[in-house]
Amino acid sequence: MRRHLLSTADLSQDDAVLILDTAEEIARLAARPIKKLPTLRGRTVVNLFFEDSTRTRTSFEVAAKRLSADVINFSAKGSSVSKGESLKDTALTLEAMGADAVVVRHSASGAAYRLANAGWTTSHVVNAGDGTHEHPTQALLDAFTMRRHLGGFDGRRVTIVGDVLHSRVARSNVQLLATLGARVTLVAPPTLLPVGVANWPCEVAYDLDAVIPDSDAIMMLRVQRERMNGGFFPTQREYSRRYGLDAQRLARLPDKAIVMHPGPMVRGMEISAEVADSDRSVIVEQVANGVSVRMAVLYLLLSGNESAIGHVAPQEYPHENTESKGAAA
Amino acid sequence: MPAIPSGVPERARTVLDEADISRALTRIAHEILERAKGAEDVMLLGIPTRGAVLSRRIAARIADVEGTTVPVGSLDVTMYRDDLRLKPARALERTEIPDEGVDGRLIVLVDDVLYSGRTIRAALDALNDLGRPRAVQLAVLVDRGHRELPIRADYVGKNLPTSQRESVKVRLREHDGVRHDAVYLGTDPATESETAI
Amino acid sequence: MSTTYLIKNASILGGAPADLLLRDGNIAEVGSVVSAGDPVVIDATGLIALPGLVDLHTHLREPGREDAETVDTGTRAAALGGFTAVHAMANTDPVADTAGVVEQVWRLGREAGFCDVFPVGAVTVGLAGERLAELGAMADSAARVRVFSDDGKCVSDANLMRRALEYVKAFDGVIAQHAQEPRLTEGAQMNEGELSGILGLAGWPAVAEEAIIARDILLAAHTESRLHVCHVSTAGSVELIRWAKSKGWPVTAEVTPHHLILTEDLVQSYDPIYKVNPPLRTAADVTALRAGLADGTIDAVATDHAPHPHEDKDCEWAAAAMGMLGLETALSIVQHTMVDTGLMTWADVADRMSSAPARIGQVDDKHGRLIEPGEPANLVLVDPKAKRIVDRTALASLSQNTPYQGMELPGAVVATFLRGTATVLDGKLA
Repeated sequence: MRRHLLSTADLSQDDAVLILDTAEEIARLAARPIKKLPTLRGRTVVNLFFEDSTRTRTSFEVAAKRLSADVINFSAKGSSVSKGESLKDTALTLEAMGADAVVVRHSASGAAYRLANAGWTTSHVVNAGDGTHEHPTQALLDAFTMRRHLGGFDGRRVTIVGDVLHSRVARSNVQLLATLGARVTLVAPPTLLPVGVANWPCEVAYDLDAVIPDSDAIMMLRVQRERMNGGFFPTQREYSRRYGLDAQRLARLPDKAIVMHPGPMVRGMEISAEVADSDRSVIVEQVANGVSVRMAVLYLLLSGNESAIGHVAPQEYPHENTESKGAAA
Repeated sequence: MPAIPSGVPERARTVLDEADISRALTRIAHEILERAKGAEDVMLLGIPTRGAVLSRRIAARIADVEGTTVPVGSLDVTMYRDDLRLKPARALERTEIPDEGVDGRLIVLVDDVLYSGRTIRAALDALNDLGRPRAVQLAVLVDRGHRELPIRADYVGKNLPTSQRESVKVRLREHDGVRHDAVYLGTDPATESETAI
Repeated sequence: MSTTYLIKNASILGGAPADLLLRDGNIAEVGSVVSAGDPVVIDATGLIALPGLVDLHTHLREPGREDAETVDTGTRAAALGGFTAVHAMANTDPVADTAGVVEQVWRLGREAGFCDVFPVGAVTVGLAGERLAELGAMADSAARVRVFSDDGKCVSDANLMRRALEYVKAFDGVIAQHAQEPRLTEGAQMNEGELSGILGLAGWPAVAEEAIIARDILLAAHTESRLHVCHVSTAGSVELIRWAKSKGWPVTAEVTPHHLILTEDLVQSYDPIYKVNPPLRTAADVTALRAGLADGTIDAVATDHAPHPHEDKDCEWAAAAMGMLGLETALSIVQHTMVDTGLMTWADVADRMSSAPARIGQVDDKHGRLIEPGEPANLVLVDPKAKRIVDRTALASLSQNTPYQGMELPGAVVATFLRGTATVLDGKLA
């Protein structure tokens, strides 16, 4: 039975379109004097954040509250437990409190998957970013924003630029956009591309200037400070020159192309302030759309006696069928 | 004998044919105008999906009679239903409130079949979050009885006595891709009536 | 006076059935034994007799992590798995880098009595990779250490590795290298490949293992000293070792049972039960490892039995400890992957799991010997037709981190004899 949203790979094209359509209907309600809907009255949504992310947490909080759910913000960062057991213990605590859904952000890849499948909780689990794995609601809000501007996905060209290796946003986007029929090109220095990227459902390029004129949407990924000292590229200046989006490159984009960024931006690094604030930039819109998309996800996961979207839990716990799943013949 | 449209029980019988439906809608349009003493502040809100189709048809008849167009929109009540938790999560339908807004207007809710009254209860709640109409009225193509709430329709195309085991299916050209409009009554033990609640 | 056992109709190394008489710690007679006093008779019809298994790579965790395993529980698990000797790895707390610690472990093994425990000494002080531990003192101690390893950590400094290889020549020791280039595996979580990219887990490239093996092979050749490569996990490593052997260089290698069967696909569950060092690799690697073990490129199977308490596995992947249990399932996995597939005979199993590791560990005066009159009665009786479903709660090990929970495995250890004394009878500790 479908219960969780852990990865955009959990979503069929129908699922993804259902989420976007639902978000679209919900967005239409946003202009009403009373924004609250009674749909999840009596349900409890826990925001379980092991990493700081005010924007994502707030977005989920607003989404849940607009659906009348009770929201508990559980910030596990900085608590005395820093080792792994805390995820389990926290899950057991939340289970005892009767959480219907847990929105989890964690620095470990697979934390959401583990929370959903380890038997620690019966709640619905929504992945709000796990390590360098996935951030499915970010990809959904990106897709929502793109669909509004580009009219659809079929054949649309989306260029994702930057630290793909460490980006959960990129992973979720590549998977989702491929499902929706868009053509994705990843652009990054080879040091910031994962091994095996050639088999992902996308193109890969090293030269941003060559890809710019063929982009209907361009998404700039954040370059985290710690990467700058990790030997992934020589200097910030060189990175910015080769892979940053500045006014000159902006001018070479097709007329109706949009500029996106999942935030938070490092202005002057991957994107110039001028570009971030230009009329091509839909970065602020992305944030607004985040609430509608997260409302749609919570609604489709929680409102019924069965989720309309999401992750199908393995029928058996992996141990049981090791032989067929993992063993070489 | 024409083929049975999809979703209609095989041994269903036609209780309203295209001409019956047309006459009923025309009558409802006249009754609305009569009671409202003109089309001045009337707004029609259809409950998706077939209620929305019917509301547009009624609006067209009002325009024929009165020469003025009344604002018409749709009001999805899914998020306000009281049975959400009893069924799998479902897709939302379109809510489209005309720019005039609902405040101070005479809102006529339009639906295809009135049964338990729960959909209308949800619609009243939804309407409440949109503003404060002067009054709210209800128009339905078929009233099949078995109310579970103190709700009644102001305009009824046909009162149809039914047993609870029976299902009422409305099929409309614009919506269902059928060649002729019709309302069917049949017994379908396998599937709950889609208008059951 | 110890019990005399008459084992009837055992198939020796999978060959023709014969009787075995075990008396006074030795194999007294082999063949058709007519009554000899009043022995305990064991009907071994359908069972295979192998020399007691020898593990080159066991983590007994004592001293320091007695919550995960002790010498007592670990050797019980060993006996149940058919082992009569285990080499206890040095990464305890305190580290087995002095004569005092190795003697303590050795003594604990003698007290437990379920199998012989041969301590492995650390190569460097505290496994820190900075300066040599007192290798000579450990070699001269009562524990008579011959295998030295920083297992869990790689002796990555090339010069230190060279000195270690040279130094142990004085007492015919061997350096067992945990081949893992540290800079290439910083924060590494799983095999590097397409799957690690998709799962967002930091990759552990095959080259990080192979680069160290390549370097160490050349160092072994240069120093003319013995190198043993721990837990080989990649096809490339097998190729390098094959090349070294073709040159006649003194290099041996081991593979774990889990690397003969499990692949990285299991990591998709994010269940840390599958987190291990070196990581589970691809199906192609598994195939190459099996071929390497079958043709003798890889000399031995070693369990890398690595117990961890539940809380170190019942968490998210990145926070979990690396390692899997192995002692009680090793023989079944080898039967399943190597014997039942036709890649090896039972005589090959006796070589890879007993004779070869005994030779590498220099305990072949007592272990890994032929089943012949006059030899020490270190034996295991295996029922190759038996099936069992692994139940982690039923294991003798103090920990439960077996990756085979719920799997049906072939083969069962029916009896284990250590110097003529049964440590296991009817599949239970005697």
